[in-house]
Amino acid sequence: MSFLTNLINGVSLGSVYAIIALGYTMVYGIAKMLNFAHGDVIMVGAYMCFCAMNYWGMSPLPGILVAVVVCTALGIIIEKLAYKPLRGATSLAVLITAIGVSYFLQNAALLIFTANQKSFTSVVNLPSLTLFGGQLTIRAIAIVTVIVSAVIMVALTLFVNRTKVGKAMRAVSEDKEAAQLMGINVNATISVTFAIGSGLAAIAGVLYLSAYPNLVPTTGSMPGIKAFTAAVFGGIGSIPGAMLGGILLGVIEILGKAYISTEMADAIVFAVLIIILLIKPTGLLGRAVREKV
Amino acid sequence: MKKLTKNARSNAVTYAIVIAFYVVMQVLSGSGHLSNSLTGQLIPICVYICLAISLNLTVGILGELSLGHAGFMSVGAFTGIVVAMSLQSSVASGPVRLVLAMLAGGLLATVVGVIVGVPVLRLRGDYLAIVTLAFGEIIKNIINNLYVAFDASGLHVRMLRPITASELTDGFLIINGPQGASGVTKLSTFTAGFLLILFTLFVVLNLVQSRSGRAIMALRDNRIAAESVGINITKYKLMAFVVSAALAGMAGALYAMNFTTIAAKKFDFNTSILVLVFVVLGGMGNIRGSIIAAAVLYVLPELLRAMNDYRMLIYAVVLIVVMLATNNPVLKAFLARVRDGFTGLFRRKSPTPEGGDGDE
Amino acid sequence: MSKLVPLPSPGMVPERDVDKTPVLETRRLGITFGGLKAVEDFNLTIGRTEIAGLIGPNGAGKTTVFNLLTKVYQPTHGTILLDGRDTAGMNTVQVNKAGIARTFQNIRLFSALSVEDNVKIGLHNEIKCSMWEDIFRLPRHWKSEKVAHERALELLSIFHMEDMAAAQAGSLPYGAQRRLEIVRALATNPSILLLDEPAAGMNPSETAELMENIRKIRDTFQIAILLIEHDMNLVMGICEGICVLNYGRVIAKGEPEQIKNDPTVIEAYLGKRGAK
Repeated sequence: MSFLTNLINGVSLGSVYAIIALGYTMVYGIAKMLNFAHGDVIMVGAYMCFCAMNYWGMSPLPGILVAVVVCTALGIIIEKLAYKPLRGATSLAVLITAIGVSYFLQNAALLIFTANQKSFTSVVNLPSLTLFGGQLTIRAIAIVTVIVSAVIMVALTLFVNRTKVGKAMRAVSEDKEAAQLMGINVNATISVTFAIGSGLAAIAGVLYLSAYPNLVPTTGSMPGIKAFTAAVFGGIGSIPGAMLGGILLGVIEILGKAYISTEMADAIVFAVLIIILLIKPTGLLGRAVREKV
Repeated sequence: MKKLTKNARSNAVTYAIVIAFYVVMQVLSGSGHLSNSLTGQLIPICVYICLAISLNLTVGILGELSLGHAGFMSVGAFTGIVVAMSLQSSVASGPVRLVLAMLAGGLLATVVGVIVGVPVLRLRGDYLAIVTLAFGEIIKNIINNLYVAFDASGLHVRMLRPITASELTDGFLIINGPQGASGVTKLSTFTAGFLLILFTLFVVLNLVQSRSGRAIMALRDNRIAAESVGINITKYKLMAFVVSAALAGMAGALYAMNFTTIAAKKFDFNTSILVLVFVVLGGMGNIRGSIIAAAVLYVLPELLRAMNDYRMLIYAVVLIVVMLATNNPVLKAFLARVRDGFTGLFRRKSPTPEGGDGDE
Repeated sequence: MSKLVPLPSPGMVPERDVDKTPVLETRRLGITFGGLKAVEDFNLTIGRTEIAGLIGPNGAGKTTVFNLLTKVYQPTHGTILLDGRDTAGMNTVQVNKAGIARTFQNIRLFSALSVEDNVKIGLHNEIKCSMWEDIFRLPRHWKSEKVAHERALELLSIFHMEDMAAAQAGSLPYGAQRRLEIVRALATNPSILLLDEPAAGMNPSETAELMENIRKIRDTFQIAILLIEHDMNLVMGICEGICVLNYGRVIAKGEPEQIKNDPTVIEAYLGKRGAK
């Protein structure tokens, strides 16, 4: 039974990674950049929700809404100010700029909220679910996380595949110049992508902190790195890949902690990533591109 | 022959800058003009200069993004500590122990570099980058759970389970898991740091300006063409990667020997990123640029100390603004025009237009 | 130009090369990309000092043949004999060491490096010096660098490019970049040189000079040259044997005169109506 509990916790954590990984993968697919500041957007989202609930007396749902709105706006602003001027620059230059943005967000949070740890109030106030006469206990947040993530994934898949904006996003990620020639507004499409990715990061932040409530200015970096790993694991640029990679990573992490070694859980996660990439160098669902000679 | 002399001249300037830096700092600290905090930073500055030069070999010369450089630094650091502390009773001379520690650190980092490099270098681009990051984290995680002690019967090395004093006969703990190493004798000196910079420079510049270095740059510029002229891709990728790891290991040993206590978490992803920032801002493949960027950027937060709480925020803004200013295509074209205008003013008899290509 | 004569094995080589092992021989060479037969049943024999042409309409599979010969792609069937030696299992680096050098249709220079360094990289396997000798500047480093420098200038002088040695390769004019690629390939000391559209983007006078130089290279180095080219004046002017490819198959082989008048060739280029 404890295996089942661990599995559910793993899927739950993995769902959070998946939502964050979606942001990485969508931005990578469209702007061909690794947005290292993405993890810190999670942190901003969590602080916003925390403030809304603890200082401004809001209930959880409006609190989440505040977080989503702020992060969406933040994503668009970051893209406009820091990344857009670098379109056409080397990917490394963009990467370093993203690191600069990450430092900025972390240090701004440090100034405003100080380094003191805040204890995040869970947005889910439901009792744990007890099954099989007490043999199996599942925290409510785990269930809510899985459900919310499933809804997000379905909605995002429909959005990307069925709507006009979604089609534009796919076209831009396939070939920016060709998309532009077809009359697609590339800049607007990139902005939309950042907006969606950042909005999702806010939700992920709230869910993550509800399960692991220690909130500090560097809270976002580790889940950020893990989610980035998940995106690569699934094949960067691929939306189903990010979902699959995220969930697998979460499950591996929790099961590794439970059955192999708590201390070495991170090493196990990264070792699995390395093995997968060696077997399949473009990730689980990534496409191999043949170089034209 | 013209090309040779040009390289030689450029190298001489680079060495001269390092020597001048050393002399000026020695004079300033000798005459008491250097603040305490800055004096304390001299050795870390040297270490980060070495790290930046060595990382530039992978990122700038080989053209592969590595996000795990701190991992090699960490391997060197803890190997160095183990060697230095184990030899405490048998080798009396501090400097000799330091050199042995750095050599051992470099050697083990070489071994780890090969172990990491063989699988990693089969991948390309962002996938390669993420796997170097993963290896960096794995190394950190392993050292975090490593316990090493030294006693009459020699070295005890163990994973996960702490070594207790009762297990040792007349010995002491060297690495204690997440707490890292403590009670390290401070062996590093500014002079040692200066010599390590010279050594790192010597190795990297000589490697780059030779048959092997040309092969490495060839596969950076065009892998398929490099293969078509018979250059063994794996061999030269591995060469650059491993030399870079070895030099980082030596720098790590020097770094560790500057503190009495040090833990594995010091060498995390953020440290790798910090060094990468030095390399990119100094200019990819530009060794002299790496030195200057590492020195300036490492002390910048220190110089901003007056701003107190805002200094890291300002640092972040400076980083973003510099990247935007140097990489925006429009601005870049403008700066190039200004530069051309200037050089045009000072150059009386211009050589062939192609002769003036940027050095390094 | 010497006449093509048949060998005991199927294939023709110039008369003067008939007693020597052909430098290159392919038998039923082919590759399939996901069901599409890009090249099929490709047979070709090239004599020791032959200048041969590989022509055909766009998309016929000419560059694919080069990629097969140099193992950029591994053939799915057939054999390639280089100096009579089977190259099965070899990779690009090994076939280069065994004697095949090439240029690329879309120029692939080491554009950030100097012209001289580009040639020196071509000389990589011709000079021997280990990493340690390089790092610690041991005597062999200086000796090998001196040899490389002299040899590079000597090779550049074929195209009168010695003056450009210090220039950045990427900054050269288009024609000079094409010539530099040839020099770089020659530096690897090949027994056969594959040129992929060497005259592309050159004006008529440059092309005429290139033709002279291709002959000069063959005569000086006594090597074979196989070239892909759309400029028929060049092909008909210097090639002794020509192989015409269409839809991945050889449709005609022979001397320039035969090819010029071959109805299948004319049809392939101009369509059925043109052939009449």
